[in-house]
Amino acid sequence: MNFERMITELGFTTTAPVGLHSYLVVAAILFSMGLASCLLRKNAIGILIGIELMLNAAVLNFMAFWRFSGGVGGGAGPMAAIVLMVMAAGEAAIALAIFLNLFYNFTSVDVEQASNLEG
Amino acid sequence: MLPLLESMTVLQLAITIFASPLIAFAILSLSHHKVPRHGDWLAITALFVSFICSAEIFLRSFASDNPVMLNLSYSWLPLSAKHSLSGGILIDHLTAIMLVVVTLVSFLAHLFSVGYLHDDIRYGRYYCSLLLFTTSMLGLVLANNLLYLFISWELVGLSSYLLIGHWYEKKSASNAAIKAFITTRVGDVGMFLGLLVLYDQIGSLQYADVFAAVHFSADLATWQTVAGLGLFFGAMGKSAQFPLHVWLPDAMEAPTPVSALIHAATMVAAGVYLCARMLPIFDAQTLLVIAYIGAFTAVFAATIAIVQVDIKKVLAYSTVSQLGYMIMALGVGGYTSSIFHLTTHAFFKAGLFLSAGAVIYAAHHEQSILKFGGLYKKIPITATCYLLCTLALIGFPGFSGFWSKDAIIADVLHYNLVGSGHYFLGFAALVTVFLTAFYMCRQYFLTFFGQPKDEHLHSHAKDPNWTMTLPLIILSVLAVFFAGGGHWFPEYAPKKSGFEQVLQMTASEANTLELSHTPTAGKHQNSAAHSSEHGQIIDAHKLAMMLSTGLAFLGILVAYLFYYQNSKGQTRFSAQKVAERFPFLYRLLVNKYYLDELYHFLFVRSLHACAQECQEFDRKVIDGFVNLWAKLTMMATALVEACDRIVVDYYLVLGLARSVTRAGNRASALQTGKIKAYFVFSMCSVLALIIVLFFIV
Amino acid sequence: MEKLLLSLIVFLPIFGVAIILFLPAARLQLIRATATITCALVLALSVYLVYIFDPHAANTGTALGGFNKATLIELPWIKSFHIYYRLGIDGLAVSLVFLTALLSFLACFIAFPIKLQVKAFFVLYLLLVTGMMGVFMSLDFFLFYVFWEVMLLPMYFLIGIWGGERRAYAAIKFFIYTLLGSVLILVVILAYYFKMSALGLNEYAFNIPELIMRRPFDEHPTVGWLQIVLFFCLFIGFAIKIPVFPFHTWLPDAHVEAPTAISVILAGVLLKMGGYGILRINYPLLPEVASLSWVMYFMALLGVINIIYGAFCALGQTDFKRLVAYSSVSHMGYALLGIAVLSNEGVNGAVFQMFAHGISSAMMFMIVGVLYERAHHRDLNRFGGIARQMPNYFALAVVAFFSSLGLPALIGFIGEILVFLGVYRYSAELTGIALIGLLLTASYILLTMQRVYLGDPKEAHNSYRDCTVWEYCALVPLALSSIVFGCFPGLLLDLVKNSSAAFVKLFS
Repeated sequence: MNFERMITELGFTTTAPVGLHSYLVVAAILFSMGLASCLLRKNAIGILIGIELMLNAAVLNFMAFWRFSGGVGGGAGPMAAIVLMVMAAGEAAIALAIFLNLFYNFTSVDVEQASNLEG
Repeated sequence: MLPLLESMTVLQLAITIFASPLIAFAILSLSHHKVPRHGDWLAITALFVSFICSAEIFLRSFASDNPVMLNLSYSWLPLSAKHSLSGGILIDHLTAIMLVVVTLVSFLAHLFSVGYLHDDIRYGRYYCSLLLFTTSMLGLVLANNLLYLFISWELVGLSSYLLIGHWYEKKSASNAAIKAFITTRVGDVGMFLGLLVLYDQIGSLQYADVFAAVHFSADLATWQTVAGLGLFFGAMGKSAQFPLHVWLPDAMEAPTPVSALIHAATMVAAGVYLCARMLPIFDAQTLLVIAYIGAFTAVFAATIAIVQVDIKKVLAYSTVSQLGYMIMALGVGGYTSSIFHLTTHAFFKAGLFLSAGAVIYAAHHEQSILKFGGLYKKIPITATCYLLCTLALIGFPGFSGFWSKDAIIADVLHYNLVGSGHYFLGFAALVTVFLTAFYMCRQYFLTFFGQPKDEHLHSHAKDPNWTMTLPLIILSVLAVFFAGGGHWFPEYAPKKSGFEQVLQMTASEANTLELSHTPTAGKHQNSAAHSSEHGQIIDAHKLAMMLSTGLAFLGILVAYLFYYQNSKGQTRFSAQKVAERFPFLYRLLVNKYYLDELYHFLFVRSLHACAQECQEFDRKVIDGFVNLWAKLTMMATALVEACDRIVVDYYLVLGLARSVTRAGNRASALQTGKIKAYFVFSMCSVLALIIVLFFIV
Repeated sequence: MEKLLLSLIVFLPIFGVAIILFLPAARLQLIRATATITCALVLALSVYLVYIFDPHAANTGTALGGFNKATLIELPWIKSFHIYYRLGIDGLAVSLVFLTALLSFLACFIAFPIKLQVKAFFVLYLLLVTGMMGVFMSLDFFLFYVFWEVMLLPMYFLIGIWGGERRAYAAIKFFIYTLLGSVLILVVILAYYFKMSALGLNEYAFNIPELIMRRPFDEHPTVGWLQIVLFFCLFIGFAIKIPVFPFHTWLPDAHVEAPTAISVILAGVLLKMGGYGILRINYPLLPEVASLSWVMYFMALLGVINIIYGAFCALGQTDFKRLVAYSSVSHMGYALLGIAVLSNEGVNGAVFQMFAHGISSAMMFMIVGVLYERAHHRDLNRFGGIARQMPNYFALAVVAFFSSLGLPALIGFIGEILVFLGVYRYSAELTGIALIGLLLTASYILLTMQRVYLGDPKEAHNSYRDCTVWEYCALVPLALSSIVFGCFPGLLLDLVKNSSAAFVKLFS
């Protein structure tokens, strides 16, 4: 199966203007990348980046649905996006602080080593 | 003094009679230990006042034709707005006679006690009880209704109890007191039942109402018989009739003046008084029962008396026997003769008891006649008084007892002569005359004649001082002359003595109270006393006089032969040998026909056994049941507690906790501490969620 | 003043409690004096109540008769359930109020020798007085029940703390028995409440006079099983207090273990509550059941059994106090018998008997107590000859014993004769059996007197002093009232007769 046909089957046309589907695909790709990075990487920073990616995938979805639903629900989409972005920023700050502490305690940011929460 | 007495109304006199001993009792019972001589002077004065007033009432009633001098009622026991039980005073001839007898004998007994009990430790208390007795006895006589009579009846029982138990340190005394109270109370229960029947039928306990109701009741109703028998049962208890006589001989544990006053002259005569008072309500069958019981008691007690050796016990059985006479006389309708004998008997028997008291006093409280002997010379006054009273009791011609006993025997014989059958009554009356003469003379000979048996006792004996001899003398004078006097051998003519005439008036007045002029025995055609066949009465009197005099002399003679000791201390015949000849009979008599033992076995033992059973039942069965319940409850609670501990606590509460712990331990394996794993879990969960949400729901 | 009088009598002891609570526990004399004075005030008020009480007042429509309107009081208490604070008296209640006041005052003197926890004792004692007074006065079913329970609790502690050796057993037995009774009464109260609600008469659900008048369960002319069940629930509730055979076994234990003063109250007043409950509530509420012929016979039979059985048990005792306790069983049998036959004489007799038993049994218990104070045992077989050592005490004992025996001219006689007058009209054979009780009573009384007082004085008793002043204070008034009421029974019966006539009328 070639790539082009797959895109067509998903409802995308290369020639058509960019539609909802394209956004969703991009967001899905982003999310998957973020998830993969979370699951596969050992480095905490990497994981953080993966999380940020997943968040941004969500933000993208919010905006896409808002845009293609004709602005139903007022400014709910952008508002959620903004909130998420702010949250992501805060999260990043806190996560970085935690990582710093992690580093002080374990002299690395390898999450495999920080397993003190084991029950 | 006299004008004051004359100015008083009958009611005032009656109140004085009743109140003066009552007040004395109240004062002495509160403060006898504070007044000089423990207040004996107060008691005697009070009794003297009572006596004077009684005498005044008696004289007035003698003079008056109106039989009922006073009949006053007032509401005593209110039961509802309209209905109440009344109390009240009745004074008629019968009451007047009884008042004199009671106050006089009581006064003399009080006086006698001063000497007899002068060194007693409970001298004051003794007078209190004696006053209580006199007060209640007066109440009994004055009552105009059965309720008051019953109240006084019980109160005399109480004072009798207290006085029999006067020397309660002795076990025999307190036993005798209890026996007296319980035995008379057995009779009282019957009397109480009679009261209930009368109240149920009539709605009132006033004599007048009762007699009216009896008179107007259409025919011989059963209730009348029941009420009559009930009341008579009460009288049997009080007057010591067979089979309730057993208490009286034991009651001789009381100080001798008490025996004279209560157990000879007055209280025991209360039963006779009751029967006389209630004579109109007895129907023919009841009267027959009364007559037979009286007759049987008379003989029965006399036979016991001939072998007794305690001077007071002989007199006690003699009292029982004489009371039997009175009861028998009432049973054959001899109202007059019965009351007449009651009066004379009160005097001579009180005299005998007080004389016996003087003997006992002289002999330093020795009571066995076998230890006396030859006392005549040492205590002549006592011996003379004793002799006079004995002769009166025997019915020696001319003495008061002769007239009264003759009247009774005449009534009984007449009852037989008019053809009623029932010859037992006449037979019993005559046999008793013989027996009486025999045992009284036996006692007299053994006590006063012959050789002294106990030198010490004999040498110290002497006549007592005037407080003791004066009552003796007064009573023996009365015993001789009371029948009206002057009738020494009146050629077998049944001339009525003056006193008997008063009594005849009383008899007619019993009919007045009955609101009818039909004699009591109208329903009882065979009855002799009220029959107008004069000739038969005269015949009966003649026969009675001859037979009774003859038998009395025979009795004296037999006693003389057996018990009179000549100067060598020998008797003609030996009583001992007779006793040995008939050992069974002798033992039977000495042991009073074993009645005490029989009662003890039948009633006392079974009562105690029953009480024990009840108490065991209560403790074991009922309480056992309660305790069993308690135990079962405790067991149930133990069970519940165990269930609580094992099932709830162990399995449920702790078990839950344990399983949670266990589950936690298991689940903690999931907690790897590896952040990757967490990611995987959450992703898996999200996936699962999605699957659930999209595909299953 | 009249309006307040009943409430004052009921709640004055509570003021006494308040005062005692503020007194230091060590000031024994002060505490005793306060309690005694409180009781004296209650007595004074009760006497005033008797004085202003008009026995001839017409029935006030309550079918109870002789109620004194001037003293009737009715205030809403728990409005939503129509529960009222409602007090009133009639001849029956007023006589028992007077008895309660008298005995609670006199028992104070007997309680003086108590050394243990004096403060607590008198606090509970005064609470008990309030409870008793309340029971006799309340005309509201709920209020009645509250007072009934108020009286129960202090009694439990009074027996359980100040009692003899087996006090715990006795107290619990007493409590459980009486609680069982209370529960049965409560069931009936609820039954009446729901029935009245169903009839739309919520307003009168607890109003005793109205309940008596309206008879919500009446199904004239038939008598349903529900009425019979309710009747017997109430009866057992009150019978336990009287006590009626076979619910009587708490009484000997409670009496024997309780301190003298409490025995006095127990016998003198608490037993009367059973009789009072039957007269005020049980019979009037369900007269159609009470006048069923088999119920009448059953009740009378129970009365007779009580008389005979109690007397036999008393005869078999060797413990002085237990004997007196059983004599109470026997004597209260007369009261039950008098009530059962529903006649004027019988009811008057029953009320008089209750009053008389209050006086005589209280005196008997005091007599026992006085002796126990000195001998520290109650074994009849070990006494003897005490009359010599304690003559004045003996004189008082004679009055007490003979009052109990039912000797005429003392208080015990009147009740007995009235009861018998009533009973004979109902059944001759029951009368015959009950009359045996008179003999048994005489037997055990006289035998006891002999065993304790008569006989040779014993060395061991030489140290016994005659009564103390306080003992005289307690005993002499009772002896006097025994004589006064015995000689002038009209004093009491004039108060009672209209009420009992009204009571009897309910059944005609």
